[in-house]
Amino acid sequence: MNLTRRDFLQMAGIAGAAGFFGPGAIASAWGADGDPYEISDYGNVTLLHMTDSHAQLLPVWWREPDTNIGLGSARDQPPHLCGKWMLEYYGIPMKTKDAHAFSCLDYTDLAHKYGKVGGYAHIHSLVNRFRQARPNKTLLLDGGDTWQGSATSLWTKGEDMVGAQNLLGVDDFVGHWEFTYGQERVQDLIKNKLKANFLAQNVFSSTWNELVFKPYVIHEISGRKIAVIGQAFPFTPIANPRYLTPDWVFSIHPGHMQKMVDECRQTHKADAVVVLSHNGADVDMKMASQVQGIDIILGGHTHDIMGPKPFRVGKTIIINTSTNGKVLARFDLDVGKGKINGFKFYYLPVFSNLIKADPKMAAYVDSVRTPFKTKLAEPIAVTESLLYRRDNFNGTFDQLLCNALMDEMDCEAAFSPGFRWGYCKLPGETITMEDVMGQTAITYPQVTVNEYTGAEIKNIMEQVADNIFNKDPYYQQGGDMMRVGNIQYTFNPDALIYHRISNMHIGGKPVSSSSKKKYKMAGWAPVVAPVEGKAVWDVFAHWLKDKKTVRVDKLELPRLTRNMENNHGIAEPKTYGL
Amino acid sequence: MFSNPLPRRDFIRATLTGGAVVAAAGAGLLRSDSAMAGDVPGWPAKPFEDKTLSSAMMDSVGKTSVAPSPKVKLTAPTIAENGGAVPVTVEIDFPMTADDYIDAVYLFVDHNPSPLVSKYQFTPESGQAYFQERIKMAKTDHIRVIAKSSKGVLMASTPKEVKVTIGGCGG
Repeated sequence: MNLTRRDFLQMAGIAGAAGFFGPGAIASAWGADGDPYEISDYGNVTLLHMTDSHAQLLPVWWREPDTNIGLGSARDQPPHLCGKWMLEYYGIPMKTKDAHAFSCLDYTDLAHKYGKVGGYAHIHSLVNRFRQARPNKTLLLDGGDTWQGSATSLWTKGEDMVGAQNLLGVDDFVGHWEFTYGQERVQDLIKNKLKANFLAQNVFSSTWNELVFKPYVIHEISGRKIAVIGQAFPFTPIANPRYLTPDWVFSIHPGHMQKMVDECRQTHKADAVVVLSHNGADVDMKMASQVQGIDIILGGHTHDIMGPKPFRVGKTIIINTSTNGKVLARFDLDVGKGKINGFKFYYLPVFSNLIKADPKMAAYVDSVRTPFKTKLAEPIAVTESLLYRRDNFNGTFDQLLCNALMDEMDCEAAFSPGFRWGYCKLPGETITMEDVMGQTAITYPQVTVNEYTGAEIKNIMEQVADNIFNKDPYYQQGGDMMRVGNIQYTFNPDALIYHRISNMHIGGKPVSSSSKKKYKMAGWAPVVAPVEGKAVWDVFAHWLKDKKTVRVDKLELPRLTRNMENNHGIAEPKTYGL
Repeated sequence: MFSNPLPRRDFIRATLTGGAVVAAAGAGLLRSDSAMAGDVPGWPAKPFEDKTLSSAMMDSVGKTSVAPSPKVKLTAPTIAENGGAVPVTVEIDFPMTADDYIDAVYLFVDHNPSPLVSKYQFTPESGQAYFQERIKMAKTDHIRVIAKSSKGVLMASTPKEVKVTIGGCGG
């Protein structure tokens, strides 16, 4: 069953209601909740926030993780809540459309019921509706990771997304994966194509430490001054190849952030200070505890659900707005002289079946896809399993990818990066070339083969684990644990670096840390230097075509140590032997 | 307005005013036993040659433990983008008057082959004890700074861990 907008209308007996977007016209179709997109007027400034669309112009399936472990003070706190813990925290009834949007429970069944999420034409309809209801009071802020994640964004080097942003009317924008097109391309698109302000208070020239981009912009709305300060992903040259941005240095720079906040408040007399951030949720929380004077942090990067209630650290409100166009966040602010008097917050899942596509954006999306249509639609294989990537440890899509790398490269083990983008496929669906690209579309896609000793493999895994599970957020890069093929291990997220992994096996055989035996390992996405090699999408597609039908019977998850029992970031503890 | 930001001006001011930088050895760039450094009269060779943090501290500031002070501000990335050039900024919040000023600032990396990386000397005319430099770090380690006032008072920064790690795998 797939409830379309028309089904909803028919169920409510108001089929063909032309004024779907008119206030209140359809309230009854939504049941007791009313039309979730109908919002009563409040305040004098509206902020709309979307982030990490990963270039998904069309609606996609997007499943929330079943594992997103929080440690130390982050344990059992947003966003480290999964499954029922997420729903309990926010008081959302099971199996409802919000439950489907915010948790992984019953994913496939509810996906059939509630449909795909996001899509730029659908987002555009919502944005237009809100702008029309709040003329001259609305800002649209894009938190970055917008230019990467799809075949067409890669093939147009980000330009298809710049066109979509311009049409959508994005006001301000920050970056992360954008930088992987290289510093010249980024500057070219920003200077010559992009209409939005590209902001970064934490990107400096490596020679003189000068700001490369505008750090902030002051918007005047309803007679009030709204400062928006940009924060790029602080670890871009570490998580992604440094050679792509050789002249720029990043990092968090909380001291400089404080300086920017003070400058906005004191020099420019800003009445409200908003940070558009690509730090990731945990880094945002720590930054808010150190920097005084930020009213709201609109966060991205970690793709977290942090609604429907916003989180507070001191006087700062913090949100994170999911990914792949799944959620549009809205703040209605009552901004007074020098301060925010009050706010209302809406965390709105974008259910594409329930929103009419904006015809202009739909036509634009169609136009950028047309030249590539045949290639995109090429059928590669059929999946019998739900395929997803997002999770702290192996997702099913990455399991297939690791299996493909081992088979195709004749290796006994494989690594795959713990990216958090990459949408889902439902059981029974055909995987097209577009879907293969949806898991792999990066500018450094080469497949590599290396020979490592067991100690070297463990060392790599320990270092990556510390980038995710270090208790100090300033040492976290975001992303998830690296995906493994044919490597079994016991894992204690709460230990220190070099002590998290124990009992490591490869192919079921114990790995000795002192043995000189080398293992032939496949991987992809090398970050140190440009290398020659086959593109991962070709390797993956070749393997999938060969299989014709795929399913994931065995997901290679580590066994977690007992201290992870009852961690609210684990929805299905049994899968980890807990 | 943003095309002419402060840092370069700060840097130029710090280097031009009153001969702030007297002795500085970038670890791995200027080896203390090289002819370049070793032949300079007054070069404090011994602490730069020490192989452990405690001996380098003892030979430079005369103590192996100095209490941290909020006046000593050390800014460095939490994770190095390039272990070969880790940007470090040091700023001592201390009035530089004729009778009391910051005389010297020492920068250490705990497990560097030679833990004393740099020594900067200042005069009241320096205006402020402030510098930026790039240092080389082979592995994850702690950076620490010790400032010495002209009256001999020692103040340390909170040690700052800089992680040198493999990359990849970001969200």
